[in-house]
Amino acid sequence: MTASLRIIAIALIAWLAGAAADRACAERLIVSVSNHRVTVTSNYVGEELVLFGSVESDGPGQPLRSSYDLVVTVSGPKADMVTRRKERRFGIWANADSRQFLDVPAYLAISSNRPIDQIASPDLRRRQQLGLDNVLLTQRVGTDYADVVSTDPFRRAFIRLRTERGLYREATSAVTFLTPTLFRTGIPLPAEVPIGTYEVDIKLFAQGALAARTQTAFEVVKVGFEQFVATAARHHGLIYGVATAMMALMTGWLASVVFRRD
Amino acid sequence: MQLYLPIADIPVNIFLILAMGAAVGFVSGMFGIGGGFLLTPLLIFIGIAPAVAVASVSTHIAASSLSGALSYWRKRSIDPTLALVLLAGSITGTMLGVWLFTYLRTLGQLDLVIALSYVVLLSGVGTAMVYEGLRAMARARRGANPIARRPGSHNWIHGLPLKMRFKRSKIYLSVIPVNVIGLLIGFIGAVMGVGGSFILIPMLIYLLRVPTSTVIGTAMALTLVTMVIATVLHAVTNHQVDAVLALILMVGGVIGAQFGARAGQRIRGEQLRLLLGLLILAVGIRFAVELTIRPDELYTIRDLGADG
Repeated sequence: MTASLRIIAIALIAWLAGAAADRACAERLIVSVSNHRVTVTSNYVGEELVLFGSVESDGPGQPLRSSYDLVVTVSGPKADMVTRRKERRFGIWANADSRQFLDVPAYLAISSNRPIDQIASPDLRRRQQLGLDNVLLTQRVGTDYADVVSTDPFRRAFIRLRTERGLYREATSAVTFLTPTLFRTGIPLPAEVPIGTYEVDIKLFAQGALAARTQTAFEVVKVGFEQFVATAARHHGLIYGVATAMMALMTGWLASVVFRRD
Repeated sequence: MQLYLPIADIPVNIFLILAMGAAVGFVSGMFGIGGGFLLTPLLIFIGIAPAVAVASVSTHIAASSLSGALSYWRKRSIDPTLALVLLAGSITGTMLGVWLFTYLRTLGQLDLVIALSYVVLLSGVGTAMVYEGLRAMARARRGANPIARRPGSHNWIHGLPLKMRFKRSKIYLSVIPVNVIGLLIGFIGAVMGVGGSFILIPMLIYLLRVPTSTVIGTAMALTLVTMVIATVLHAVTNHQVDAVLALILMVGGVIGAQFGARAGQRIRGEQLRLLLGLLILAVGIRFAVELTIRPDELYTIRDLGADG
């Protein structure tokens, strides 16, 4: 219960801080993603999107500052996941302890123009969820839901495994400022990309404070044959199963005709 | 050439899968087995989720056992009555197996149970076959008739009630043990993603005294029906059958099987059994080693899917 209250409190503070930043803000962000609809077809092996944008003055008479920092957070479709740990039991290594992560992004990429600890204070990093250590990853803890400290072994293993598969990523030099106000960054999507809607959250910082924020999105969809097969398997299991079995029988029969030797 | 698998959700090299299908097809054509116990671990090894591997291999075995069963049917070496009675048990077994498979998947212990079943069954059957093969070869070397012992003596199984006649196999037998064996094979097949011929054939020969003329054909017919049912049930309950993966495996498999069958005819029977025993034993030992040494990665993640 206390943990839930804490989350609400953090959210409230974040919202107030955001509102405060909006009032003082003299900049706005204009961004665009190179592709708003990534299609997964039979020859899909991964793709890299490009996000580019510029920092604009928010109305006349609002001067731009000399240097900015940018943090781009791309989060994929949300899912529940279980992390399990193997332990030695009766001489064999078997899954023993497990933690359930609730509603966590299946894909998460955080890019910035320089190390995040140089961009914002620890407090601001936590409130704005900047970096993999500060992103909220809710776990089921007994009957309660809460995020745990970033050094929690299950949380660390979760992030490490996702990173190894190219699904989580923190790149602190991936944002390039082409001019003091014009920037670009890449969003690499791995081969085993989760299907769904991806939210892109772009936060601009100046002198250690949030200066502007904008959001955009893109979607990853299966199309054509892949989509047909996946939908059929999920929603029409019986028909799909019978059709697959028929296909197997046809192949077997064809083989016996083609290679008949007696 | 990379191909994206729609259910496994990963791209694979199509030639690698074809080659794996062909290699396992070669072995299965050579020894007259389905080869699921080799193919399922191979697929898991290249990164396909165990659930998808088990379900898709069922489909592959259905295809390869149909082409085998058709040629045995033409040679009249399938006993339809025996196959039907076995089948009655195996349908129930398959359902129980798919149910257990689904249940274990939610518990997170599916991989462990699959690995343990492989260790126990493959080591057991492999050891027995190697022992048998070595004895047969020793007998052959001594100059004795290698098939001196026709399994003729009756055991307790032949005293059970509800007897019926299996004409083509020329045996008179209770339906109870036949049903039980069918149940067991269906169950094992659904949980492990194997056809189960490598257990079924010894059971039919040594327990039921089914003559060698009908045993392989009948086992193949049973495998065919069990695997078709397993495919449909896995598709309905777990949605894990990857039709594209299964199709590539099948194409490789049927081609490999033709060469395997030719190679098999050049090797003597007892040597063939010894080789198969060694192969089965090796796979069993590999699984045992994997379970007992400390894994490099203690943690695993499973996606439970988007919540509603």
